[in-house]
Amino acid sequence: MLKILEQIGRYTLLMGKVFSRPEKMSIYRRRIVREMEALGLDSIGLTAIISVFIGAVITLQMSINLESPFIPQYLIGYATRETMILEFSSTVVALILAGKVGSSIASEIGTMRITEQIDALEIMGVNSASYLILPKIVATVFFFPFLAILSILIGIAGGYAISVLTGIMIPDDYIEGLLYDFRPYSIVYTLIKMAFFAFIITSISAFFGYYAKGNSLEVGTASTRAVVASSIVIMIFNLILTQILLI
Amino acid sequence: MITAEHISKSFEGHTVLDDISAEFETGKTNLIIGKSGSGKTVLLKSLVGLHPVDSGTIRYDDTDFTALGFRERKAIRRDIGMIFQGGALLDSSTVAENVQLPLDLFTEQSEEEKRARVEFCLQRVRLRNAGGLYPAELSGGMIKRVAIARAIVLNPKYLFCDEPNSGLDPQTSIVIDNLIHEITHEYGITTIINTHDMNSVMEIGEKIVYIHEGRKWWEGTKDDILQADNPELNAFVFASAMAKRARANVFSGR
Ligand SMILES: Nc1ncnc2c1ncn2[C@@H]1O[C@H](COP(=O)(O)OP(=O)(O)OP(=O)(O)O)[C@@H](O)[C@H]1O
Ligand SMILES: [Mg+2]
Repeated sequence: MLKILEQIGRYTLLMGKVFSRPEKMSIYRRRIVREMEALGLDSIGLTAIISVFIGAVITLQMSINLESPFIPQYLIGYATRETMILEFSSTVVALILAGKVGSSIASEIGTMRITEQIDALEIMGVNSASYLILPKIVATVFFFPFLAILSILIGIAGGYAISVLTGIMIPDDYIEGLLYDFRPYSIVYTLIKMAFFAFIITSISAFFGYYAKGNSLEVGTASTRAVVASSIVIMIFNLILTQILLI
Repeated sequence: MITAEHISKSFEGHTVLDDISAEFETGKTNLIIGKSGSGKTVLLKSLVGLHPVDSGTIRYDDTDFTALGFRERKAIRRDIGMIFQGGALLDSSTVAENVQLPLDLFTEQSEEEKRARVEFCLQRVRLRNAGGLYPAELSGGMIKRVAIARAIVLNPKYLFCDEPNSGLDPQTSIVIDNLIHEITHEYGITTIINTHDMNSVMEIGEKIVYIHEGRKWWEGTKDDILQADNPELNAFVFASAMAKRARANVFSGR
């Protein structure tokens, strides 16, 4: 328990260093663009593949389990949409990204630590924490919400595709369900959540990398810890944010 | 000139540097030698402020470096170049970007000026047409050269090298040593080099500090190191068969 508190303290100090005034804006701008490519664009494929299958499976499950004359078919489209928007495209996608992006951030920064690249930056008078971590945070906080939108759209399309392909339900009913009782606020809720999750994944993973020491084995350990810790924190914040934003 | 006065450093109760005092002279290649684990890297990193010392004073010419805060140190950092044991080039940047980074950070030069300076420094370390390569595509010797180019791009007054020729063959080692030696004299830099390579010592050891178990054991020049009567130093100096033979010659010639 004491250890966790100590970690939280060190994490907070590191974030203080990350957000202390950056030195030269022009350098950061270039790095942010690069990180958007590396952490955001490169995650589109994974997000899309997972979303299309989940959308299809949700639709399939719903139609199998809700096969009853008393339940109107359009509710299946409605349920797919709500599941995608409210939980899947933010929380589950965030967990998946914690695995992909989180481990890559932790091992990248961890490797820089043990090969003295961070020392080299410090020698040049660079605030290495800010230089390395801030662009990643900015890039993911802006880009991940876009991935959530993408995931919603593709998931819903997956549901539509499965209903056309299998004929398990009438596609028009599915569409009707999609439009039923649509509240734009739930999208806002998802975007806010995703921005939070992006911050959690990036900052926690960077933290574990930044304080890695020893050899490449320990960089591996740091990257595993990063994924575990950010996943847990995501789940905790999912609960807190849902409480604050929806109720 | 860089002066260390009574500096000590320990990690979690384990003393690594014990009351070290030394002067490193301007325009010369000053060597810190010692066995693996003797504390050379920690000493070098303490001198540049990467490890805060527990006690003692470090002076850069007339400035008390240990008394400065992070912001004030930045002015001195501009005058410091450092070559790390493994090169420490940024993996995600090309050779040219690595060398250019200090210029980006510290100067307001135009892109062309910067590019010209990078080109000049890469030529100075005899690397041409390598600007577009990534560190993963370089040999060990090339990495060291790029690290030297990056370290000298801002015309430093102080140059620190942590085992600049570790992992290189003897011939390439001498090329790198001579390059650092040349640059030191050309620009009148205060250069401090960590090494456990006796070849380097005999080649460029204008001022030598011998560290043993965190303490300064001996200091002098390459000309008196063979005659020194310090048993630990002798064991270090004459460890290799070749050096033993050289020693036999020295003593028979006397
Ligand atoms: N960050 C650190 N934390 C704790 N102990 C350290 C740290 N850095 C170095 N040490 C310890 O300090 C001692 C000296 O290490 P140092 O790296 O200075 O040796 P060295 O002389 O440079 O050796 P080599 O020639 O192998 O590079 C070692 O016992 C090492 O375990
Ligand atoms: Mg060392």
